[in-house]
Amino acid sequence: MRPITMERVEQTRAEILETIKSPVLTHEQKVATMANKADSLMEVLDLPEGLDELLNESIDTKCICDLNEGHAPVRPRYIIPDYAKFMREGSEFLQLDPPKDLFEALNSLLIFYKHVPSVTNFPVYVGALDELLEPFINDVDEETAKKLLRLFLIHVDRTVLDSFSHANIGPKPTKAGRLLLEVEEDLEQAVPNLTMKYDAELTDDDFALQAIKTSLRSAKPSFANHKMFSSELGEDYVIASCYNGLKLGGGSYTLCRMILSNIAKRADSLKDFQEKQLPYVMDIMARYMDARIKFEVEESGFFQNNFLAKEGFIHQDRFTAMFGMVGLAECVNILMEKEGKSGRFGHDKEADELGVAIMEQINDFNEQHVNPYCSVTGGHFLLHAQVGLSDDREVSPGTRIPIGEEPEELFEHLKHCSLFHKYFPSGTGDIFPIDTTVHKNPEFLLDIIKGSFKDNLRYLSFYSSDSDVIRITGYLVKRSEIEKLRSGVAVLQDTTALGMGAADNCRIEERKVR
Amino acid sequence: MTKYPVNKIILFSSVDGPGNRTVIFLQGCNFDCKYCHNPETRRLCIGCGTCVTKCPAGALQRSEENGGQVVFLPEKCVSCDTCIHICPHDASPRIRPMTAAEAFEAVKRQMPYIRGVTVSGGECTLYPDFLRELFALCKEVSLSTFIDSNGTYDFASDPELMAVTDGVMLDIKAFSGEDHLTVTACDNRQVLKNALFLAEEGKLFEVRTVIVPGLYDTEQTVLETGKLLKDYCGQVRYKIIAYRPMGVRESYSHYPVPEQALLEDYAERLREMGWRDIVII
Repeated sequence: MRPITMERVEQTRAEILETIKSPVLTHEQKVATMANKADSLMEVLDLPEGLDELLNESIDTKCICDLNEGHAPVRPRYIIPDYAKFMREGSEFLQLDPPKDLFEALNSLLIFYKHVPSVTNFPVYVGALDELLEPFINDVDEETAKKLLRLFLIHVDRTVLDSFSHANIGPKPTKAGRLLLEVEEDLEQAVPNLTMKYDAELTDDDFALQAIKTSLRSAKPSFANHKMFSSELGEDYVIASCYNGLKLGGGSYTLCRMILSNIAKRADSLKDFQEKQLPYVMDIMARYMDARIKFEVEESGFFQNNFLAKEGFIHQDRFTAMFGMVGLAECVNILMEKEGKSGRFGHDKEADELGVAIMEQINDFNEQHVNPYCSVTGGHFLLHAQVGLSDDREVSPGTRIPIGEEPEELFEHLKHCSLFHKYFPSGTGDIFPIDTTVHKNPEFLLDIIKGSFKDNLRYLSFYSSDSDVIRITGYLVKRSEIEKLRSGVAVLQDTTALGMGAADNCRIEERKVR
Repeated sequence: MTKYPVNKIILFSSVDGPGNRTVIFLQGCNFDCKYCHNPETRRLCIGCGTCVTKCPAGALQRSEENGGQVVFLPEKCVSCDTCIHICPHDASPRIRPMTAAEAFEAVKRQMPYIRGVTVSGGECTLYPDFLRELFALCKEVSLSTFIDSNGTYDFASDPELMAVTDGVMLDIKAFSGEDHLTVTACDNRQVLKNALFLAEEGKLFEVRTVIVPGLYDTEQTVLETGKLLKDYCGQVRYKIIAYRPMGVRESYSHYPVPEQALLEDYAERLREMGWRDIVII
């Protein structure tokens, strides 16, 4: 462990005191913030040379961002427990036998969630709820089942205080899945985030139409291209956190992101960007991720000591890492300008082709880079289109077209998405607010989902332009909760603050309504 | 190859038949509905040139070779609608002449996102050759084919068109002949004949009535239409549309917008008759 200056210690102590006195943080949010402050004093990772100048800079110049993972990772960023195993076998550590009915199943899950760590200290994956609950769903009559599911989901929303927490349903229709959708339609809650795995051959239209109806009330579920994800990650993939494709019983050690627009600012020309600047930053970020992973696996003791690993709910060899990027749109526009061209990303063929060329270069780099602890994904990281941070400025999520510049036609917008979604097995997605006064026809959206997935789109989200729950970037927040926080009072979920920042800085309320 | 006057193509529509559809609007109509929401689609341009000098974007020109015809330059158009507002003939100069094959290409582009095509107007059945040719091409790639019609075309006389048409959305603008004359300046015997014929064929997807209080007997129209199609009310949708003054010619834009309660009442009475699929917009 390397020493640090007293100046840094004093600075951190001042920040901790400020946290303690904060009027807008709940007790739990203060504890989590203080833990991060303490962690920030650690210097244990074997950092690559040159990292500091790329990482520890202001938001408009930094090229690499580690998304608040801390200096000494005490656990992997995203953990995907095998809940089905828990339902089959119970847990010795939690002193729980396998559940025998719906009451026990729901109770056991609620207990388990409180013991699944992540970068936010809340579980980013809460299970394929339809598959987990289907064996028990006929234990009680339908009305009682709905009541139990309702209480379960309210419990999750009020105790899993972070909307990066994600449940999955589908692709096959089930009674449990249908009831969960009906209850969610009624509850209009931000947590858990929800994805329907959709495959036109497995998911019947009625099930999908109910999901669309639910999404136009409560901004979820989103729709994942099951064929695409399962062909890349296998049938045992899940969607967690924002929209991240990961292995069941595994997860992601880390997620770092390149801010492509800031890399473009460093370049003299397109040639300089492609030959020098981008390769330089990719190399340093990959080696930084290697260092983080090495510490987690070899030194933190997490995989040796945590009950999730000891009881086989997770396996270290099913973990990988996510190589993220943001700001492709702005990167392309900056490079086009440097080349004296006026075409813009999302509207110009040459600009879009440049975007594809940059993605190909990142993809090629990733396929060359090998990490010994990512064998589940061929020894490579998975590319990830990161959704942005609330303090990002002039940086669009992943490969999205900037808000305010969306193509006039939804069709053109989707065709543009189809150029980029394929690069990101660990997640990307586009979001479309829908004017439900015009579109009273859920089959309209179902046709768009079916067409999109045939056309190589990976992940789509819709919400009604007038609903309280809205999708910020990948996670959900209630507009009414943002207003409470804006007025200076503490709110339950930590993601509300992120949503407020994104509403202020990233124009998420100005998306083109379709 | 015959070219047909295409007024507009909407790439994605949720309101013109089942699912997501591309909609082609053809220019020209044989009705003169007082509440017409897009009166500029009614007649063909006669080349008077009034719009050419008024276009602020220079998107309209007189053709030198073609007998002074008005030529539309879509790349310059700023969609300000000046031309259609000042047209003295209820026409539009913004027409793209297209063959059925060209129209098909413009539809096919949206695959696989769309379920099918709907042709609307104006009154698209003024161009049955276009419909037959376009729909036959659509059938080859499994796109469904719908017609939005005022019902003046004798569908029973055109089995070739019916063979390639999946559904028709039919306007019942008024039930009594007298009211129909008031609303559209045309007779409605063929319209009602078509309603029954299409329903029997299983090709009547939807009937719709624009409710304009004071213009005609709206209650009679909805209820009598409901009765006329009673045997088919399990398979046909009734769309009750509230009159709104947007786009209506100034001389006819004084009608009141109907109360929501009135529309709900009509829907309820249709339900009592056995209608199940009723949409109010």
